[in-house]
Amino acid sequence: MSTTADPTTVAVGSWLHGVVRDADPAALAGVAGMDGGPVRAVRAAGLAAVVSAAPLTEYGEEALRRNLEDLAWLERAARAHHAVVDLLARSGPVVPARLATVHHDDTRVAAMLAERRADLSGTLDRLTGRGEWGVKGYVRPGVPPRAEAPAASGGAGAAYLRRRRAQLTARDEGQRIAAEAAAAVHEALAGSAVAARRHAPQDRRLSGAPTAMVLNGAYLVAGAAVEGFAALVAELTDRHPELRLELTGPWPPYSFVDGRREPAR
Amino acid sequence: MTTSLAPSSADGPLAYRPVALVDLLDRVLGTGVVITGDITLAIADIDLVRISLRALVASVGALGPPELGELPGEPV
Repeated sequence: MSTTADPTTVAVGSWLHGVVRDADPAALAGVAGMDGGPVRAVRAAGLAAVVSAAPLTEYGEEALRRNLEDLAWLERAARAHHAVVDLLARSGPVVPARLATVHHDDTRVAAMLAERRADLSGTLDRLTGRGEWGVKGYVRPGVPPRAEAPAASGGAGAAYLRRRRAQLTARDEGQRIAAEAAAAVHEALAGSAVAARRHAPQDRRLSGAPTAMVLNGAYLVAGAAVEGFAALVAELTDRHPELRLELTGPWPPYSFVDGRREPAR
Repeated sequence: MTTSLAPSSADGPLAYRPVALVDLLDRVLGTGVVITGDITLAIADIDLVRISLRALVASVGALGPPELGELPGEPV
């Protein structure tokens, strides 16, 4: 079970991709691990941890600190990790591991499975037959914020002041309207999802979107309800012309494994 | 749950599309089960997101000026 470690070569850790009930070795053969090598299953406690080799020269603590600040490295690592998790998600429930979870060897991975068996198993039960969908909402260009028509009174000076005030508050007002629409869309989508959460809106310079993002939602949706969920997104697009909605997915259930901290034991 | 809604066409908006890096980073950095790897213990403790955010912030700095006009028509 332990990683073969020739003392003359670099130490190699086990990078955890995710935990499943069982992993088909033939399926794992179809995807490459972090270092481009094979992906393997470590079985213990009735579960399978899917791992790949992580040479510590690149994935050890010091190296990771440095590499995680390198966007090109980060992208390659994120995509390699995701490719494995996504493959697992297509054949059944998976508890995705957070990026950069590295153990010394497979024996330690097996010990982790035994120690966390109850909560991992419970999470797999909860995720069975469900997938994650993302809905992003952007301010729609060219749709002016709805403004209440001001009472027509006073002379040209008053009209000017109203106009000026309207200009100054248009941006705040537009943001308020967009934020309210985003909250309404999220609430409606959450109502037809098993679970829902909002990620922080993405920075426009990273997303490349022409306008600001006001909703970055993730929704856990039962397989049978996916078409209805997509139809609801379309319906909400009609109902909220001030927003442009974008549906992404299916994602592995990254946003619904609730791993802020390890549960107290 | 959504039975009152008409299902969309089978090959409608649900077709697979390439995964955008920003969407992926939202998920693999900020979420995912936290299992303390014995090698990455300290990294998990000081928050992976903050470390990697430095990469994003650095690249954002190289991409352009701070995000200003949030609304269409707003001068940037």
